[in-house]
Amino acid sequence: MAAVCRRSDGTKRAKRRFAGGHFGGGWTQPAARLARLIVIVVVIERARASRRQHNPPAVAHITAQASPSVDVLHLEQALQLLAQSGREPPPGEPGSQEWLQGLVDALVDLSSRDVLTGLANRRSFDLALAREVDRVARSGEAALLLMLDIDHFKRVNDTWGHVAGDQVLRAVAVALQDCVRPMDLVARIGGEEFAIILPNCPALFGATVAERVRRRVEHVPVTLNGSGQQIQVTISIGGAFAPQWVRSTPALWVERADQQLYRAKAQGRNLVQLEASAVSLVSNEERQALFDTFSSEDHE
Amino acid sequence: MTSPDATDGSAVAARPVPARRSRITAITSGKGGVGKTFISANLAAALARMGRKVLVLDADLGLANLDVVLNLFPKITLHDVFTGKSALDDAILPAPGGFSVLLAGSGMVEYSRMTPEVREQLQKVIDEVAPRFDCVLLDTGAGISDVVLYTVSLADDVLVVATPEPTSLTDAYATIKVLASTQGRREVQLIVNQVRKPGEGRTVRVQLQQVLDRYVTPSLGASIRLDLLGEVPADAAVRDAVQRRQLLLDTMPGALASQAVVAVAARLLAHRP
Repeated sequence: MAAVCRRSDGTKRAKRRFAGGHFGGGWTQPAARLARLIVIVVVIERARASRRQHNPPAVAHITAQASPSVDVLHLEQALQLLAQSGREPPPGEPGSQEWLQGLVDALVDLSSRDVLTGLANRRSFDLALAREVDRVARSGEAALLLMLDIDHFKRVNDTWGHVAGDQVLRAVAVALQDCVRPMDLVARIGGEEFAIILPNCPALFGATVAERVRRRVEHVPVTLNGSGQQIQVTISIGGAFAPQWVRSTPALWVERADQQLYRAKAQGRNLVQLEASAVSLVSNEERQALFDTFSSEDHE
Repeated sequence: MTSPDATDGSAVAARPVPARRSRITAITSGKGGVGKTFISANLAAALARMGRKVLVLDADLGLANLDVVLNLFPKITLHDVFTGKSALDDAILPAPGGFSVLLAGSGMVEYSRMTPEVREQLQKVIDEVAPRFDCVLLDTGAGISDVVLYTVSLADDVLVVATPEPTSLTDAYATIKVLASTQGRREVQLIVNQVRKPGEGRTVRVQLQQVLDRYVTPSLGASIRLDLLGEVPADAAVRDAVQRRQLLLDTMPGALASQAVVAVAARLLAHRP
């Protein structure tokens, strides 16, 4: 908002300066026009140069100051991308700061999603995972990473074709997203590979969530468009909790969860395998007993 | 409640024990932030005052901070010993409290997972230093990772630091349970830190013992003896000392928490042959 004001103020100031006779009275109007044109050309060139250097913030910043030239920035391709993905065009007057911010936001969103399923893609998964590792090292909160893989997915593709395969991937994506909390991140990280990051997931619930996901996929068959054929797929799930209070790396965490996924596959698929964590060794009942004793003695 | 010989159950299976005069005590906690490193450092200082030759080994390989607590800036760390850059003797440093330290140094991310190499290195270091000291304290990392479990397995005694907080209690319980079932520990020593009223330490011990008796003993077929070494009161002096990166025992030997740590040290020695 402030930036928009700054922009319009700037424009006004420029007009006033040119109209106010700094260049002499006679050629004020043409001079002003020429000067503005020069400014615009310079700005566009700079914008182009910085776009070549893959520097979007600079593009946004510069075009915001030169709204008349926004057309020249070929933003129509960005708008086409948005339209193609079923998104609304950004709000506000085209070229305005608000509009450009909306466009950037939409493009960021677009580039962090998987095209086929709309889930987070590998890029945003990597970012989120690194953030979570740092957070857990500091907070000691339990965070679970699940790696999921559709069992015998190649058979689906081979038997029903790739269009059917895509439909299965989309259906599984919906099922996964349905089984978790809004704060959890569900990502498609490879062909038929998915991952879920569950921040603040108490160890006791980890197995429950993973099992719910597995059952959900197992019990909801995918109905193919056109043929109406129903396909039932299953998934194998491996999971590991982030090492609490310990500096670690996203790669290590993924590796541990992956090892569990291999175990699930090796033990017959359509299974959940979580790395044994000491905390998960404390049952609800034991927990209850620990606190019951404590609070009763505490009140004495 | 049977009370088996202390060395009986706690001896870790079939490790060749070199001749040595020291006892190795692992200090662990389950949950982080319960004052484990504070206890390790001040307990070492108290033992040193009682005339013992003490070494604290910072075994918190992933997130080492004994150096921070002691305000040391080590040039040579365990990492250099592991990589063969420095001799072990050069890495053993004198600490302010009259004891010696072997610091992990921070940034040992690669050791946050226990590989066979790390295992071997750690074992070698401990075997080498143990005969030279009366007491070796292993300040383990928080949590119950395989690094922590392995470190504890190298010790004769295990000392669990807990606070009366529910999360600390749960983690302490989980730690004891894992140690009992995977390492055959039958005796665990307990320090209850940040106690707000006298006797709270006993309450914590009793409740942990009760739940262990009820849920762990039947499946193990043996009981676990939980021994309260002492309670350390929540004391503003502690926060002060930690903030100034000084040993409480040095700066405020008269503080309640200091006296409590000294009492813990005395009990620890009384336990030993």
